[in-house]
Parts: sequence; C-alpha cells; structure tokens
Amino acid sequence: MIHSLFLINASGDIFLEKHWKSVVSRSVCDYFFEAQERASEAENVPPVIPTPHHYLLSVYRHKIFFVAVIQSEVPPLFVIEFLHRVVDTFQDYFGSTNVGDQLPTGQLSVVPWRRTGVKYTNNEAYFDVIEEIDAIIDKSGSTITAEIQGVIDACVKLTGMPDLTLSFMNPRLLDDVSFHPCVRFKRWESERILSFIPPDGNFRLLSYHVSAQNLVAIPVYIKHNISFRDSSSLGRFEITVGPKQTMGKTVEGVMVTSQMPKGVLNMTLTPSQGTHIFDPVTKLLSWDVGKINPQKLPSLKGSVSLQAGTSKPDENPTINLQFKIQQLAISGLKVNRLDMYGEKYKPFKGIKYMTKAGKFQVRT
Amino acid sequence: MSGNGLSYSEQGGEAAPELAQEVVPTTTPSAPAAFGLFSSDTKKNEDLKQMLESSKDSAKLDAMKRIVGMIAKGKNASELFPAVVKNVASKNIEIKKLVYVYLMRYAEEQQDLALLSISTFQRALKDPNQLIRASALRVLSSIRVPIIVPIMMLAIKEASSDLSPYVRKNAAHAIQKLYSLDPEQKELLIEVIEKLLKDRSTLVAGSVVMAFEEVCPDRIDLIHKNYRKLCNLLVDVEEWGQVVIIHMLTRYARTQFVSPWKDDEVVEEYSENNFYESDEEQKEKDQKVKNTYTMDPDHRLLLRNTKPLLQSRNAAVVMAVAQLYWHLAPKSEASIVSKSLVRLLHSNREVQYIVLQNSATMSIQRKGMFEPYLKSFYVRSTDPTMIKTLKLEILTNLANEANISTLLREFQTYVKSQDKQFAAATIQAIGRCATNITEVTDTCLNGLVCLLSNRDEIVVAESVVVIKKLLQTQPAHHGEIIKHMAKLLDNITVPVARASILWLIGEYCERVPKIAPDVLRKTAKSFTNEDDLVKLQILNLGAKLYLTNSKQTKLLTQYVLNLGKYDQSYDIRDRTRFIRQLIVPNEKSGALSKYAKKIFLAQKPAPLLESPFKDRDHFQLGTLSHTLNSRATGYLELSDWPEVAPDPSVRNVDVAESAKEWTGILSKTKKEKPIEKFYSESEEEEDESASTSASESNSGSGSEKEDKEEGSSDESSGSSSTSEESSDSESDSKENTAKKTSRAAAERQFSPGKFLGGGSDSEDIKKKAKGISKKRSTSSSSDTESTSSEESSSDSMSESGSKSDSGSGKSRSATSSKKEEKPVQDRKAPNKQDVFLLDLDDFCPVTTPVAVPTAAVLSPSLTADLEGLSLSSSSVIDVTTQVSVPRKTHELLHRMSGKGLAAHYHFSRQPGIFGDRMVSVQVTVTNTSDQKIENIHIEEKKLPPGMRMHEFNPIECLEPAASITVSMGIDFCDSTQTASFQLCTKDDHFNVNIKPPVGELLLPVTMSEKDFKKEQGMLTGMNETSATIAVAPQNSARLVIIERLVKAANLGVVPSGQDNIHRFAAKTVHSGSLMLVTVELKESSTAQLIINTEKTVIGSVLLRELKPVLSQG
Repeated sequence: MIHSLFLINASGDIFLEKHWKSVVSRSVCDYFFEAQERASEAENVPPVIPTPHHYLLSVYRHKIFFVAVIQSEVPPLFVIEFLHRVVDTFQDYFGSTNVGDQLPTGQLSVVPWRRTGVKYTNNEAYFDVIEEIDAIIDKSGSTITAEIQGVIDACVKLTGMPDLTLSFMNPRLLDDVSFHPCVRFKRWESERILSFIPPDGNFRLLSYHVSAQNLVAIPVYIKHNISFRDSSSLGRFEITVGPKQTMGKTVEGVMVTSQMPKGVLNMTLTPSQGTHIFDPVTKLLSWDVGKINPQKLPSLKGSVSLQAGTSKPDENPTINLQFKIQQLAISGLKVNRLDMYGEKYKPFKGIKYMTKAGKFQVRT
Repeated sequence: MSGNGLSYSEQGGEAAPELAQEVVPTTTPSAPAAFGLFSSDTKKNEDLKQMLESSKDSAKLDAMKRIVGMIAKGKNASELFPAVVKNVASKNIEIKKLVYVYLMRYAEEQQDLALLSISTFQRALKDPNQLIRASALRVLSSIRVPIIVPIMMLAIKEASSDLSPYVRKNAAHAIQKLYSLDPEQKELLIEVIEKLLKDRSTLVAGSVVMAFEEVCPDRIDLIHKNYRKLCNLLVDVEEWGQVVIIHMLTRYARTQFVSPWKDDEVVEEYSENNFYESDEEQKEKDQKVKNTYTMDPDHRLLLRNTKPLLQSRNAAVVMAVAQLYWHLAPKSEASIVSKSLVRLLHSNREVQYIVLQNSATMSIQRKGMFEPYLKSFYVRSTDPTMIKTLKLEILTNLANEANISTLLREFQTYVKSQDKQFAAATIQAIGRCATNITEVTDTCLNGLVCLLSNRDEIVVAESVVVIKKLLQTQPAHHGEIIKHMAKLLDNITVPVARASILWLIGEYCERVPKIAPDVLRKTAKSFTNEDDLVKLQILNLGAKLYLTNSKQTKLLTQYVLNLGKYDQSYDIRDRTRFIRQLIVPNEKSGALSKYAKKIFLAQKPAPLLESPFKDRDHFQLGTLSHTLNSRATGYLELSDWPEVAPDPSVRNVDVAESAKEWTGILSKTKKEKPIEKFYSESEEEEDESASTSASESNSGSGSEKEDKEEGSSDESSGSSSTSEESSDSESDSKENTAKKTSRAAAERQFSPGKFLGGGSDSEDIKKKAKGISKKRSTSSSSDTESTSSEESSSDSMSESGSKSDSGSGKSRSATSSKKEEKPVQDRKAPNKQDVFLLDLDDFCPVTTPVAVPTAAVLSPSLTADLEGLSLSSSSVIDVTTQVSVPRKTHELLHRMSGKGLAAHYHFSRQPGIFGDRMVSVQVTVTNTSDQKIENIHIEEKKLPPGMRMHEFNPIECLEPAASITVSMGIDFCDSTQTASFQLCTKDDHFNVNIKPPVGELLLPVTMSEKDFKKEQGMLTGMNETSATIAVAPQNSARLVIIERLVKAANLGVVPSGQDNIHRFAAKTVHSGSLMLVTVELKESSTAQLIINTEKTVIGSVLLRELKPVLSQG
C-alpha cells in the first residue's frame, strides 16, 4: 500500500512528508517534477507515474499535489480515493475557525462512524438537497447532453444514538445513487427509504446521478452572436442571458466565462448589468452578471480586436456558465418526511433545496 | 496551552510559511521571540531537550509537537532520540502518542536506544484499555529492529486472540509489517492468518485479507472455508477492506468456478430464488439439458453480494465491483456496472482518469455496455487533455452504424478545438471510425480532405497522415485526393505530413503519372533542406518512379541519389546505396535487381488503426498494472477458468464447529438466523425488543421477504427496521402533542421556505398529498401506488404511527411483487397531466385513443407541455403535412399465421402525436375469422436501445369481418432498425415486426429556394453524398419527378427557379436534422442526385433507395 506521502505546493517545494514504512528519500519526487514539467499544466500531470523502483500516485487539490509513493501492485483508485479523503480531512480539520489544541482522539464505537456520548442542548438536523446541472448546449441552443449530479448534504447535531429515516415524495427519481456507509442498503432496496444512524456533524448522506438518458430541464439560455471576419481586425461580440425553465424561481449568481482564442488582443464591451473583465494575457473573459431579471435580460455587447495580420480563429469560444437557483431541485426530487427513532427528545429539522450549474457549456 | 499548539511551524526555515499558508491557519505562538532566538543557535535543539526534561507536561507536549513538525518537514531530529525516548512511559496520552510517532520514524536508525522503550510496550500490551493495547502493538510492529522479532511474533499471536476486534485488527496489520521485516517468519505468520481468517468480526476481515494478500496470496486453500463468510460479511466491512476482499475473491473465483461465458446462448437462470431450488429440480434440469451450464451457487453468491456495493460512495469499491463483474459475471450481467462507472465520471480528475481507462478497455470488447451512455463521454472544453483523449478513445470504440453520424458531428466540434493536441487525436479517431465502419469511409475521407485546407498545421499534418492510412486501405478511386495532396506539398512544412504525401505519390505513382515526376522535380530542389524523414521518402519516390517511368525521371532520380550519397546522415547514405544497387542494373547487382519493381511496388498491407486499449484486459482491470499497461511489482495474475470446477464441497463448513449462521446458504433453508449483525456487540438488546414488537405489528412481512431474497445474513436491516417501529410508537405520543407546531412546519415544507416539519401527520400534508396524487397522472404504477398507499396510510394515521409505517411497507412490497402486471392498470389513467421535470415516459400513457387515421389531435395543454420541454430551437423551418399521402401498406400479420387475425400497417406521414420524435404508424386489424377476437394489444416489445414505442390502446373486442384502424408511434431513433413486438389477443401471441423504409423516417419541410441553398451551403463536405443516375425518358418531367420522389420518401417540395433542378427538403423525425435532396437533370438522360444532411448514414441509405426511383420506367 502507501509507503510514503509527500505534499508539494505550487512553487514546487516539498513541505510535508510522512513515511509509513522505511523512509523513502524525497529525491523520488524528482520523477514527479519531470512529469510536471512535461505536462505544462498542473491539470495534465498524469495521476500515475512509474519510476524505476516506485510508482507515484498523486492527486491535485487546492493547488497542492499529494504524492503517494507505492512499491507494488495496488488498485490505483484505492490510493487516489484515500488521498482525497486525506485532503477532505485536512480541510475539515484546518478549515474550521479554531484549530483545536486537542489532537484527534481515537474513537471506538459500535457504530464506527459515530462517536459515543454525543450531547447537544439544541438538537437539530439540516439537510441540503443540492443539484448541479452538467450540460453541453450547441450553437443553435439545443441540448447535446445534460445530466444532473445531486447530493444531499447533512448537518446533524443530535444527542445520543438517533436513528433517522428520510423518505422522498418521488424516490423513483433516484435510480443511480451512492450512499454514506451509514445508510442501510437493504431498507433502501426494499422500501426506498433512507434509514441510518447519522455520523455526528457534517457529512454527505447520498449522492445521485440523473443521466443524460433522461430529459433534464435547462433553466437558462444564452443568445449569442460572436463573429470574426477575415478581412477586418474587428470582431463582433454579443451575448444575452435569459431564463428558460426555472419553475418561476429567480436565477442568481450568474457568471459567464469564456476562453477567447489566442488571436484576440482586446475586447471593448458594455454590459447592461454586472461587471466584466477581459484578461489580455490569459484571454479569459469573465462577466459577473448577478441576478437575471426576466423583464430586462442582461446582455454584454461590443467589439473584439484581433491581432492584425493573423487569420481569423477557427472556432468561436465556448461559453461557460454558472448560476444558482434557490429553493429548487431541478430534477423534481422532494423530501417527504424525516423521522427519528431511538431517542426521546424532539429535534428541529430543516431542509433546503438548491440548483446550480455544474459544468455548463454553450458552444458558439 | 492555548494558542501555541502549532508553534513548531515558526521554527522550521523556508518551508514553514508555505505550510502555514496552505494548510495551517497559524495561531499566534505564546513565545515566538524565545523560539526565534534558539532557532538561530547552533545548538538549536537545546531548548527542545530542556522542554522535554521539564516537569510540566505542557512543555513536553509543546516540544513533541515541534519535533513531530520537524519530522514532517523532512528535517533531521534524530539527535533528540535519547531525550524523547525517556517520555515513552509518560502518563499523558497526548505526549505518548507523539513519542510513538517519533519512535516509528527513528527507531530503525537508533536500534540500541529503541530497545529501551520495548518494555514499556510490552506492559502496554496488557493494558485494560483496548486502544492502548492496539496502539502499543502498532508501534511495536513499526519499530524495524530485527532483535525484537520474537517479541513481535509473540505479541501478534496474543493479540490475534484478544477479545477486542480492534486489537485483532491491529494484529492483522502487524503481520504484514513483521513479514516485511523478517520473511523467515512466514510459516508462523500464516498460522496466525489462518486463525484470523476465521474471525467473524467485520472489523478484522479486511485487514486479515490484506495480510493474506501480502504474505501468502497463493494459499487459496485457506480461503475455502471462509469464502461464504467473507461474501456475507462484505457489505458491512469498512470500505477499504471491501476493496481488498473483492480483489482477492476475484482471483479466488477464477480458480474455483467454471467459466460462465462458454455457452452464452444458454439462458442462464436469472431469478434469484431459482438458485436455491431444491436438489431434485437441479437434477431434473441437468438431465434435460446435458451440457447446460449451471452456475455454482457460491459463484452466484459472490456476484449477488457484491452488487449492492456499486452504490458505495467510495470510487475504489465501485471499481473493484466493476472489475469483479467484468472478470466473473456472465456477459449478459456485466453491463449493470456501467451506470455506476458513468457516475464516477463526475468525480475528481484522477478518479475520472482511472475509470475512463478501465471503461476504454471494457468498451472495446463489449460496446453494448456503454452505448446507452454515449453522451456522458462527450468532451467539454474545460476537461484536461488527458481526460479528453480518453473520452475520445471511448467514443471511438463505441462508434457503430447507428450512432456514427451523431459522433462525426460531435467530432467536427472537437477538430476545431483550441487544444490542438486534442484536435489531432480527433482526426486519428475519425480515421479509425472510417476504417471500422465502411458506410462512412467516404464521408470521413471527404471530411478529412476538407481539413487539409485548415489553417492549423498540426491539424493538416495529422489529416495527411490519416488520409494516407485510409487511402492505403482502398486506393482504387482516389486519384483526385492524391492530386490534391500533391498540391499541398508546397505549403505543408510538418515533416511527417510531407513524408506521408511523398510516400502516397510514390506508391500510387501510376495513378498520377503526370504529377509524380513533377513532385520529384520540386523535392529534388529542396532535398538538402528537408528533414531526414522527408529525404528518405524522396529517395523512395525517386526509386519507384525510376522503375515505372524511367524515361522521364532517370536523370532526376540519379541526381537525388547523388545528393543522398553525400548526405550527413548515414541512414540516408545507407539507404541511397541500397536503392542504387537495387534499381540501377549493373554487373554486381545480380539477381535482385530483376525483382526491384516487385520489391518496391509490392502490395503492402494496409495499416491497422487500432485502439491503444486493445488487449489491455490481459491485466486484471482496476489494477495498477492495467493503468500502466505493464506488469507492476507484485502483480498477481488472474488465472484462466478451470475446465472442470474443483470440488465445491471444500467450501462447506462443518456444521458442528462452524457457527450455525451460514448454514442457511447451504442447506437452502431460508429462515435460518443470519450470521453477523451490523454492529455485533451492542445489538443483542435491540434484537430482543425488535422481536417482541414485530409480533405485534405486521412488519414481519417486509423482513420475511427480505429473507427470501437474500437467503441470509441481512437481518441487520430487518431487525433495525422493526426496532424503529417499536420505538416509533413511543415517540408517537410525543409527536401528537407537538402536532400544532409540526403542522405549521409541515406547511412550510411545501412552500418555498422548505423547512421540513417533524411529525408530518398533520392534515395539511394529507390534503396536499391527496391533491397531488389526484392531479398526477398514473404514469408508472409503482409510483402511483406508493402515493396512494401514503394517502391511505395517512388517513388511518391518527391512531398510531407504527401501524401506518408497517402498512406502507407492506403495500410497497406488494407493489414490487406486482410489478410485472402493471401495464394493464396504467391504462385507466386520469386525463389531467402534471408536468414532471424528468422522464418523458410520464407523458406517454396519456393516449386519447386515435382511431381515425388522419386525426392528429393533441390536447392543447399537452402541446404546451411538450413545447416547454422540447429542446429543439429551430423555428424557422416549419414542418408541413403532406397533402396527398401516397399510401403503401405493409403486412404486419398474415391472417393465416394470425389464426384469423390480420394486420396491416402504413405510415401515415403525420407529425407524431405521441411525442415529436415518433413516427406515426397506422395499424389496421381485421378479423377474418368467424368468432369475436377480444383484447387485442401489444406485449413484449423488443426494441434496440434508444428506441421507444407508443402502443395503441387495447381493442376490447373485434367482431367477425370487422376491421379497425389504430395509431401507434414509434421512435426509430433515425435508424432503420426493426421494432419487434408481440401482437396479442386474449388467447394468442404473435411475433411481428415493423421495419421502416428510410423515407418514412422523415417529415417534409417547407422552405424557400434561398433558405434551401443557404442550408445546403452549411451541409457540405462530410455531410454531402451524391450519385449519378440514369433517368428513364418518361420520368424527366417535373411533375413525374416530384410524384415519384415524394412517393418514395416523405419529402417536401421546394419551389425551384431552374427547370432542370428539383429540390426537396425534409427533416428526420427523431433528431430533426435537415435532409436536403437535389435532383439535377443532365444531358443524355442522366441526373445528379445530391443529398445533404448531418445524418450521413441515413443520407447514404436514402441515396441508395432513391437511385432506382427515377431510372425505372
């Protein structure tokens, strides 16, 4: 399994190391640096790198590479998944406002994921249903593919050993799910009810996937008119964002980004609302739109100046879209009820819905 | 010690600030000045030593934190060993832990000093606290000092029979460490492994299997007796252990069971309970079909018990199950893993990378697995390049006749990508599609030729290379392309591309006799400035021309050979010498030069364009070796299936000695108590309470069913659910008192506020639920039934919660068992529709029965709904309904084979009324018998993936000699695949099928000539197919042409300004892609037939069908 672990920051310093078996010299990371150089971008560094005596398996998060050193055959996902959990744990531990003085205490509980003797004065359980739409929209505005990635994140602060059940109005929607280990699978299989003893605090109860085979509602559209001409060094740029199938909810937190082709020198644009930036170095255009008012659709118009003498770009840029819709789960998923057994007090329960754009791209 | 918990980060030089920024929000250290002073000192660790000697625990703890910090940063802290080791016996558990961390790091370097600490551990091994016992064992086994091997061995043995499963788990971990320290201990360690394998705790299982894999993976005999137990424990083992166990069991199964793949055509028993059918039944079966493959129940057990783990949140577990199914399951079952693998594609980049690699290997051998998920592999511009190319790889593997046009369109987008490396890979992919799918070879070739005029050199170069390979596969009629490429030579500078063009011209120089010598002339001029690769090909071209056309090229070739003779590269000099000897006849050259032409212009085999993932599955999927495509150290080969299964009885567990639990599996008694409970230690009480409450409430039905399904082992869920019910009644009284508040809260649940109230037995919910279930259509029975059951249960809820709970549970289980018969109930659906965001299927059952052929009535509300959901945006082009419908009826069922029931169908050419992607089909059923035929309906639809069918409403009764026409809709997905189904009457079933002529997959479109030309202009290149046809003289009149074409295909006529050109437009029913047909009459009664469409496959089929239409008299 994992022999050693090295943490490497953005400037290429190994700032932390940990060895579980005998010590592996940090010079093994040189192979990693080589691969990093070849890959030009951090994103393209291969997650598995063979070296003469070891294998380096890495994950890249928060601008840090977590490089595990392996000596023999192991399922690579085992290591990768583990490293991601390590990062999650770091995030959990260091991310909270006050890093405790207490070192984490070992816990042995009959329920492995819940410590014993939990006590709260206010007993509460909150569930957030969050759905992300991944979509590719083509030039003409039709959907090429659209999928929903949903999760139910929970924050449960309940005294003792509560046993919860959560049921849905339309569990049929959840045909592709993965569970936190606390969920009793058999109960779900037979009754479509989530029955579980929750871990204490924040955790992801389940995530689900509504695949491209289903019809997914697309809550926004983009009207675009981007053209470069061969003859002139000026191009036209015009985009308008509007709501589509929002079930009457407001679309907010809209953010449009687009990677312009290399030939673009600068952009002179006027937004009808929000602020925009074009970075002439990275050629990244971003427009922070904010809320969409259906009466007055936000638009961004202007001209693009191209490098003189170069031919016009082959392809119009793709537009990436971010947005948020509160109080709506776009798949239509609805929680029916939450019940608690095993404890006598009356907890406070809450549920929130939200739809967001995941990888939402419009090809132009 | 508030605040200075992480003060060590102040001390450690350069790396410290980064650490602080990236991960650790620094807390202000209490005495930074003091540390700062010391850190510059030469004896900088002096302060740490002092702190360690201090009498105060807080100082010691601070020191230890700093020291551990130093270790983490890779600094040497070994000189502190004596000072640290003294604290190993500290009473403070925090200090103790950190000292352990230190010891594990440095004990190997300072063995003598480390021995000082051993006695402390030995004492700790006897500590009453299981945590301390376990950690002592952990540290002891991590101290890599050979002298203490006997002590470790003893400690492991003792720990392996500890009462605490946690300590036993640590014993299993220690086994691996001791083995790596001293492999001599193997035999003794195997004994411990054997003992721990028998352990029934879920905590131990994963760890001991891990030890087994490290120490003695070949001793599968140790697994036999534990096999069933491991299978049954698996669901409850922690996730990391699951991965290890699944991989081990995969290997095990491949040595113990026979291949389930041999007779794939033999229908394998699917239903779970069949597997536990009685022995006699089994025997009977065996006798009936001698060679029928029957899966070993143990084999089935493994498959069944791993399947739920596909739902794990852990990607490694999902992948492990996926590879298990790949290597062990009957081929028909392996596809259940694809959905879960596709789900993982939304995970992190690294997970995606591994999953895509494995999916690529799978998709080569079994396309069908991923075909339904084709679109999930579409590439986004923000994907990293390595992910993009892997997705492309899978898309290419999945390409087939049905989806190729969609894919090629998608590829067109990729070719234009700003990521040029990816664009180049796409061109390769197009090349592979072209060779694999002959229908599109020409289309692809045309498309690639278009790319030759691309501005980007990489794209052009890659296109040239791929075209070269394609032309090699069918060089017959591609003189034009070669000429075109010859022209390109002036502009292309990429060596590979230049070399490819030269090779092509040389190879087919006889097809371009005028151009080839000229190319040689030009390249001879630039010879000295060319890349080596190009030079070799110039020589090659010269040689070939010399042999075929020596009159024109003799001098040129000799000039080139002379240049080559004095080239700097010896490769080129060598090649020059070789060629000269071969082609220029002289005394020395001898016999070989006679055959020079045969040698140079031999028929060369076309290169195979293959996936790099081909054959990669000789490595077990999901392994490191598979990812690297080379054998990693310690890779364990997956053996081939044995011809004859080894004795299965080795897995039988002796009833006397074994726990009674897993006899359930063997002896087919379904009601045995299962083995392990979920949380073994504590559940005893719960169980008792559950059993009492179960006798009261009728919740038994649920758990009983589960038992049947699962055979055994899963009472955990059953028992806990019953226990919930018992506690429910307790909590219910409370809930009633809190009713008022909960009612208010419940109301909010449906309003935007979304705060879910507790009890939820408030009347508001009832009403709403009722309202909803009324409003909603009864689309799928399971769902409706569940809502209605909720309704009914909430009606009776006022009494006790537990009652209603079990009630709904019951009705649910009833639902699932009834599933088979549901469609009949569905028919009686209320009319009102409620738009549901997902599942178009919801709409389908809303049939207003349509009996009159042309009545395309859509209820207005439904149209609006559909419009809201329809995603097509083209509004410019209107679909027209054909005025004169040429009626061509096809036979669906002959009256002889239908026992008097005859059926014909024709395509009504109306826009689909059941959904805008459906082709309308009118079926006329006639009763030719002399008796009433009752209940004519459709069953057993066998549709290719993606296709959907909307069946007609059952005909209750058909009188003798009566006939009735009904409508149905079929979504053919723009393909000419056959829709098979059964036409059923009350008593009989008849297999029938409908195969659409390609012309019926279209809907006519009206557009102006101008629009037509504009659209046509956008559909050139790959999207155009054409043919020259002979036109019979009587067919050249405009009206005749229109009549004939419109009869053959559902096309709309476009007005034309020219007499000799006739245009027709249509769009495909499923995807709405335009289909433009042009007939241009030429002299001598020929015509050019041109079809422009994105759907190239349909386009070429249509072309084929239209060709004879005008030539026949």
